[in-house]
Amino acid sequence: MDFLRPASWEEALAAKAEHPTAVPIAGGTDVMVEINFDHRRPEYLLDLNRIGELSEWEVGQEKVRLGASVPYSSIMDHLRAELPGLALASHTVASPQIRNRGGVGGNLGTASPAGDAHPALLAADCEVEAESVRGTRLIPIDAFYTGVKRNALEPDELIRAVHIKKADGPQQYSKVGTRNAMVIAVCAFGIALHPETRTVRTGIGSAAPTPIRAKEAEDFLNAALEEGGFWENGKIITPAIVKQFAALASGACNPIDDVRGTAKYRRHAVGIMARRTLGWTWEQYRGAGRTLEGAA
Amino acid sequence: MRVNFTVNGRQQEADDVWEGESLLYVLRERMGLPGSKNACEQGECGSCTVRLDGVPVCACLVAAGQVEGREVVTVEGLADYAKHREDAHPGGGCASGACGTSLDSAKRWQSKPTDGQTGEAVELSPIQQAFIDAGAVQCGFCTPGLLVAADELLENTPSPSDQDIREALSGNLCRCTGYEKILDAVRLAAARQGEAVQS
Repeated sequence: MDFLRPASWEEALAAKAEHPTAVPIAGGTDVMVEINFDHRRPEYLLDLNRIGELSEWEVGQEKVRLGASVPYSSIMDHLRAELPGLALASHTVASPQIRNRGGVGGNLGTASPAGDAHPALLAADCEVEAESVRGTRLIPIDAFYTGVKRNALEPDELIRAVHIKKADGPQQYSKVGTRNAMVIAVCAFGIALHPETRTVRTGIGSAAPTPIRAKEAEDFLNAALEEGGFWENGKIITPAIVKQFAALASGACNPIDDVRGTAKYRRHAVGIMARRTLGWTWEQYRGAGRTLEGAA
Repeated sequence: MRVNFTVNGRQQEADDVWEGESLLYVLRERMGLPGSKNACEQGECGSCTVRLDGVPVCACLVAAGQVEGREVVTVEGLADYAKHREDAHPGGGCASGACGTSLDSAKRWQSKPTDGQTGEAVELSPIQQAFIDAGAVQCGFCTPGLLVAADELLENTPSPSDQDIREALSGNLCRCTGYEKILDAVRLAAARQGEAVQS
């Protein structure tokens, strides 16, 4: 094994081009476990810790450019107003020790269906900035997850940042697990209201081979909210609409039975989370109009 | 490969480090510092918690090569670290400088709690003393990780709420105590810290 320690982003790209099999390591949450347990013996480890810019973020007019290695603890502390859904999701990641090192880049690189950030990223809407010596491209999050632990990255590409749409309305995140800390999601649900475009987006974790959106549920809800004039009148959403939204979210799942839960339970729980998180966000929207702060 | 980094305030060098090796392995097997415990090796239990550039992390999830040039504080250096913080940086922390613990003394470090009869000098950090006084140690395997995590909590949050304590220690598993006495110990250390500031 070789340990590559690029001091700059350019050096990292050159190293990845020269050694496409190199495994990038930043927070180590996934990679070190695989090495410790002898599940993986990469030829090259590509350490990204020396590249300071990966731990920085910029808040723009419409988007936050979040460096791939910005630790979850920083997202919770500094970006709760701009990225409330992701801040809530970050708080459910493992433990303080892990949140101090792990970041969204690792979640995306591993692309596990159970990654905690995915539902929040899908709901908020974002693009993944992937770069190689050949150039930079922005991959829409909807096109990023390509299979179980597979993503759209080319072998010579590295994730530099994620461009996440700043919240223009309330967002929520819900995760089912056996305790609060150190839990791999049984299933998870993210929702973001986008009053500017009068749309609602969703994200489902651990209930399909990849993180997914509940697109039929979104389409149904968007049409129902428009038809009823809910965005303007701010009325309580009719229970029948909420029920149908939850049923469609549940139907979007394609889960499996495993040690953490059964497929049946996951479908059921996703429906419940869809109903609850829609209720929470809609109350926020109706109440303060634009309460953007995520609650812990 | 060779890795140079600061351990408990003193510059150290580890040779012949395998590229896939964890910081935990280097500390325990190459530097003779077995205070950080090896239990789950997957970041689940927090027994190997150390400070990396001041931040609590699981040493089992840090690749040795990633600590090149950085600062690590282990439980063996916690008493000196806390003392230095108290003396030189009230309310703050510091891992570097001429004030660290030598590797030799870190290796020989043993807990010497206040002896009620002889009044022997204390060589424990306040959080360590509080764990003993509150009876928060049973088998002791989780204790080093809890001490490092709790000490960092009290450094940054001098008067933590119960919720703060539970959250800060949520990455540290203990299978003996049921956690109640551990929570007591952190409350005790926080209260003593508060009294010390007032007096």
